[in-house]
Amino acid sequence: MGETIKIDVNHITRVEGHGDIKIDVENGVVKECKLEIVEAPRFFEAMLKGRHYTEAAIITSRICGICSVGHQLASVKATEDAFGIELTKQNRQLKTLLDMGQYFESHVLHVYFLAVPDFVGAQSVFPLISTHKDVVLSALKLKKLGHDIGDMIAGRLVHPIGIIPGGFTKMPTVERLEEILDRIKDARGELLNGVALIKTLTLPDFTRETEYISMFKKGEYAFIDGNIFSSDKGEVSYKDYRKVTNEYLVPHSTAKRAKFNRNSYMVGALARFNNNYEWLSDTAKTVAEDIGIKPICYNPYLNTVAQMIELVHIIDECESIITDMLSSGLKVEEPIKPVLKKCTGVGAVEVPRGILFHEYTYDEAGYIVEANCVIPTGQNLQNIEDDMKAIVPAALGNRTREELTLDMEMLVRAYDPCISCSCHLLDVEFINDN
Amino acid sequence: MSKPKVAFFDFTSCEGCQLAILNLEVELLELLDIIDIVEFREAMSEKSETYDIAVIEGSFSREKDRRRLEKIRETAGVVIAMGACAHIGGINSLRNNQTRDEVQRIVYPDNPTLYETNKKALPISAAIKVDAFVPGCPVNVGEFVKVVKNLVLGKAPGLPTYPVCVECKMNENTCVYEYGKTCLGPIVRAGCNAVCTSNGGVCIGCRGLIPNPNLNSQKDIMEKYGLNMNLIMDSMNLFMTEENKAKEV
Repeated sequence: MGETIKIDVNHITRVEGHGDIKIDVENGVVKECKLEIVEAPRFFEAMLKGRHYTEAAIITSRICGICSVGHQLASVKATEDAFGIELTKQNRQLKTLLDMGQYFESHVLHVYFLAVPDFVGAQSVFPLISTHKDVVLSALKLKKLGHDIGDMIAGRLVHPIGIIPGGFTKMPTVERLEEILDRIKDARGELLNGVALIKTLTLPDFTRETEYISMFKKGEYAFIDGNIFSSDKGEVSYKDYRKVTNEYLVPHSTAKRAKFNRNSYMVGALARFNNNYEWLSDTAKTVAEDIGIKPICYNPYLNTVAQMIELVHIIDECESIITDMLSSGLKVEEPIKPVLKKCTGVGAVEVPRGILFHEYTYDEAGYIVEANCVIPTGQNLQNIEDDMKAIVPAALGNRTREELTLDMEMLVRAYDPCISCSCHLLDVEFINDN
Repeated sequence: MSKPKVAFFDFTSCEGCQLAILNLEVELLELLDIIDIVEFREAMSEKSETYDIAVIEGSFSREKDRRRLEKIRETAGVVIAMGACAHIGGINSLRNNQTRDEVQRIVYPDNPTLYETNKKALPISAAIKVDAFVPGCPVNVGEFVKVVKNLVLGKAPGLPTYPVCVECKMNENTCVYEYGKTCLGPIVRAGCNAVCTSNGGVCIGCRGLIPNPNLNSQKDIMEKYGLNMNLIMDSMNLFMTEENKAKEV
């Protein structure tokens, strides 16, 4: 031992937003092990104050480009919850499909473009265009499917237009639904090629027991409806999300963090996989068994694998929803207009990176008095750091500085963090900045 | 002729425009025939000391970002402001309607001044000279490709100078004013193919004002439909707080 290592990754690449990794080991003693966030503060909660309920989703969508569908779903759900709007089955189906379009886009982007390059020794997806062209084209095709689902339901997938409190401003046509259904069926084979590729990758062998938090609805692999579920403590009402998230600031001023039963918890694909495995589709379960991953899985690097399994499930789910919509017949549903009153509502949604909460308080004229958004990545930050603190001491003497740096970057990437989101309101000032 | 090197940078933003570029799908591969992407942190680990074209997403909202912006300006021959945040301040500038003290107190009640931020979130042009812009929130990817191609060929960016209404009419939409809604289409720059009004929404002004917007005509429309001009002023604040002030509508 007695090793001295200083690692300072300024602006981790291939993640959404700006984050730094700081590791300081002196004479074999880990002095510092941090994931720091350097995103500029954006003041969304302040911007929302005084804006009309019809603008809440338009504004919060801009917290993050990649998660804009998720923010709009959570925002609209919070507003609907506040005004007590009851949703139709078709509305729930359209919301679920829109969410799934986002999963296609986001999971495929993360798995193929952001994570895979590490495993094939590339710095980015661009060199893979010549070395693994079929994989890149396959990923682009899958991503495009996600986008086209978003286009069909809400006009576009980045900052959607058509989803508003109480309903949708447009309806998909039967022809469009049929076309998407055909492409979803085709995508299954495309995706299974990806699964075969994932199977060949050697993921770091690291486990650390932690708490997993996701949405929960008995009988469903929950996406847009349900309560909160902790692998330690069981079910909690979505209305009581603050009891679970317990947001706090850490002295070294990184973004807001969360903790429930332990020092940290994890949200996202692996948390959903662990908590809701029972309700994955049969194909998804078969794929999981084939890869050799089963709940409870405590290796955070396998979050990427859990994302692939979820995509298989989502294909099955999309197919069943669209088939049902086509056989039940599409109905023209005018968005339900809320009756304005003083009220507060919470919207919880499983978005690709984990459970997302929005909460708004409205005045009697429908203007926002107070807003709160709790972001998946913020909830994961302490868990990532706790992983780092477990990995670094064990690596001393075994891994070179370069290897350890890559281990850490891969760990952070495995969580698929969205730092723009996590720092929608926070920023850090560094002693060593510039 | 060697391909121009293009680098992407982001400041205060949601990175949705860079994401939109990554979503170019197969067209992205075609764009790579005429340019080399040498830096794009959201997608790649490679970095470059030199580049010909810098594409910048995000607003200028922290003094400490000024130096990084100036360095980009010194290095690049052409600087493109990509998206509403870089172009006109965008959604970030919505907070400029409140004082810095107010927004800090709302968001960080326990320690309002802990985090550095300027009094206002401003377009990139508030810090450095910008040669061209691609408007929108998010950008229209087809338009992005067009502007980059035009600049590579040494031509003007070629943005429309007519309002969204023109495209909306060509899409044969019923005017949303007929439904009693307020829309910024008459004064906002086209190029988005009226994507919002064509999908059941209204124009929220993310692309900024057209050159010489006819505000009197906008007032006439509001009067015709019995709507208060304050509604327009208020919706202009969503993305165009800075333009709104500059034009003193």
